[in-house]
Amino acid sequence: MATVADPAEAGTPAADERRPVRRSRATAPGGRRRHGPPLLAISPFYVLFAVFGAFPVVFSLYLSFQDWDGIGDMRFVGFKQYGWLLEDSVFWHSVLNTFEIWFLSTVPMLFLALVLAFLLHSQVRFTGAYRVAYFIPNVTSMVAMTVVFGSVFAQTGLANSALRMVGMDGVGWLSSEWGIKVSLSIMIIWRWVGYNALIFLAGLQAIPTEHFEAARVDGANSWQTLFRVVLPQLRPVVLFAAVTSTINGLQIFTESQVLFQSTDVGTTGGPGQEGMTIVLYLWQKAFKDHQFGYGAAMGWLLFAIIAVFTLINWRLVSGSDREDRAGIRSLLRRKGARNGR
Amino acid sequence: MAVDGKERTTGSAGLAIGSGSRLTRICVRVVLLLGVLISLFPFYWLVVMASGTTQDIYSYPPKLVPGPHLLDNMGRVLDTVDFFGSLFNTVVVAVVGTALVLFFDSLAAFAFAKYEFPGKKFLFGGLMVTYMIPAQLSLVPQFVTMAEFGWAGSLNALIIPGAANAFGIFWMRQYAQNSLPDELLDAGRIDGAGFFRLYWQVAMPLFRPALAFLGIFTFISIWNDYIWPLVVMIDPDRVTLQVALANLNVLYNTDYSLVMAGALMSVVPLIIVFLIGARHFLRDLAAGATKM
Repeated sequence: MATVADPAEAGTPAADERRPVRRSRATAPGGRRRHGPPLLAISPFYVLFAVFGAFPVVFSLYLSFQDWDGIGDMRFVGFKQYGWLLEDSVFWHSVLNTFEIWFLSTVPMLFLALVLAFLLHSQVRFTGAYRVAYFIPNVTSMVAMTVVFGSVFAQTGLANSALRMVGMDGVGWLSSEWGIKVSLSIMIIWRWVGYNALIFLAGLQAIPTEHFEAARVDGANSWQTLFRVVLPQLRPVVLFAAVTSTINGLQIFTESQVLFQSTDVGTTGGPGQEGMTIVLYLWQKAFKDHQFGYGAAMGWLLFAIIAVFTLINWRLVSGSDREDRAGIRSLLRRKGARNGR
Repeated sequence: MAVDGKERTTGSAGLAIGSGSRLTRICVRVVLLLGVLISLFPFYWLVVMASGTTQDIYSYPPKLVPGPHLLDNMGRVLDTVDFFGSLFNTVVVAVVGTALVLFFDSLAAFAFAKYEFPGKKFLFGGLMVTYMIPAQLSLVPQFVTMAEFGWAGSLNALIIPGAANAFGIFWMRQYAQNSLPDELLDAGRIDGAGFFRLYWQVAMPLFRPALAFLGIFTFISIWNDYIWPLVVMIDPDRVTLQVALANLNVLYNTDYSLVMAGALMSVVPLIIVFLIGARHFLRDLAAGATKM
């Protein structure tokens, strides 16, 4: 990395004589200057990325073909590692669990966030306080909140006490297959609804007022406005939220790890391992069972799954073309005429 | 983009939710308040549990008001785990880590936004690629790398790898392009200032609003990070707050009031930090989040 200090010392007459005043170039300021300083300025990121980002990725590919406990010698096993992984019923169980929890949490979460955003958008007062209240779940530590939810969902916890009060039987929130998935999903929903609602709210506020005016002039009712003006414009933001929720959702770890943590390693993921997620299994295999190569291979499969999802989402995004205002107007005219408004 | 309620256009009226009858308006209010209650209830419940006894927590019908034992329980946390030690570790990592991110990211962003240099397009494209890599892909080799460096168990492992990140560079670069006038930099050049002086004396003061968001965002992320410190802090006596709390939860899982007091103590400092910066942070949240 070349390091060239700028020779000009600020403000000294000598420097001013040495360096004739240039005309400012708004397009490329410093276009004819030495490249050392800017290259030096961006180098920290690239150096750190090379050491702690790129190298580990390449290394993990190498590791995934090795049988290694982290201490002894590595033994090359090649693609057999992936073969074992694909035959591992616990791995498939963790994939299925991850997808079930992802679906149970993401779909209601995005829907609730949209509803909340619309309601907040209709409020003029109190939005500041509302925003803070809705965002607080997202800034608190997942470990602490999982501990709290763990006690709420315990057999004699608050959730079952509430059910008892209205004369219903308690639910095995942390012991039954669907109880575990539902309680994990509730935690994820609680954490992310406010966050996404605020993102959607910003999307709503970015819609130009004229669009609403045009719809009103053309006699659209609120439902038509919602489906023909608002949602089409919000589509990119909603898709974005869906992509990030998916990427986060497929890497669920903390909630499940803390909820079913115990001194007994065999109980990772809770009763029947119904709370076992991909990353939790990766962590258990690599850092509890010391099968580093196996964990690295799992990391690559996780990456492949996430990549497939991201590609599908890209196709969805690029395949959508937004209706322009004229289109909205003509649509509304036709609808309006039919509805006799 | 409207910033907060005061700057709202009449656009919302077009949605006609809440602009209808009085009844509709009241319904909207009620639903929104219900949402706030659901958001905040776990915190209230945490305070109730942390201030009661373990018997209280599982009594039926449940006690829904705080009890008198908060200070006892907090005292027992201090006796049980090295709370201040792990708090200190967390604060050091969050403060130093955030400072490094702010410095390195804004410096790189300044170069990307305002300078031409060979390979700029390629290097900036490379930033995009780093986004595509899920963090957990390289969890195992990152740990091995740390062990090779002799950093496993030291705070370096928590601070250095994340000392610069692509998200912050994107965010700051966008801001620099929009709100750092070339004329100002040219004026500085005429006065003979070089790259680093321009960065420090001209750009930095203007970067403040964007740095505020990035700083709070980074601080919260580092404070709450769990899987990485769990994996890499191999010395049980030297952990972060999150890992200490998780350990407390395992070892004393029958002593709920103790665990809850610990959870409360681990949450409060960060909530205070967030509330101090909430207004600025939430203003930029949507713009920042969609940079990813």
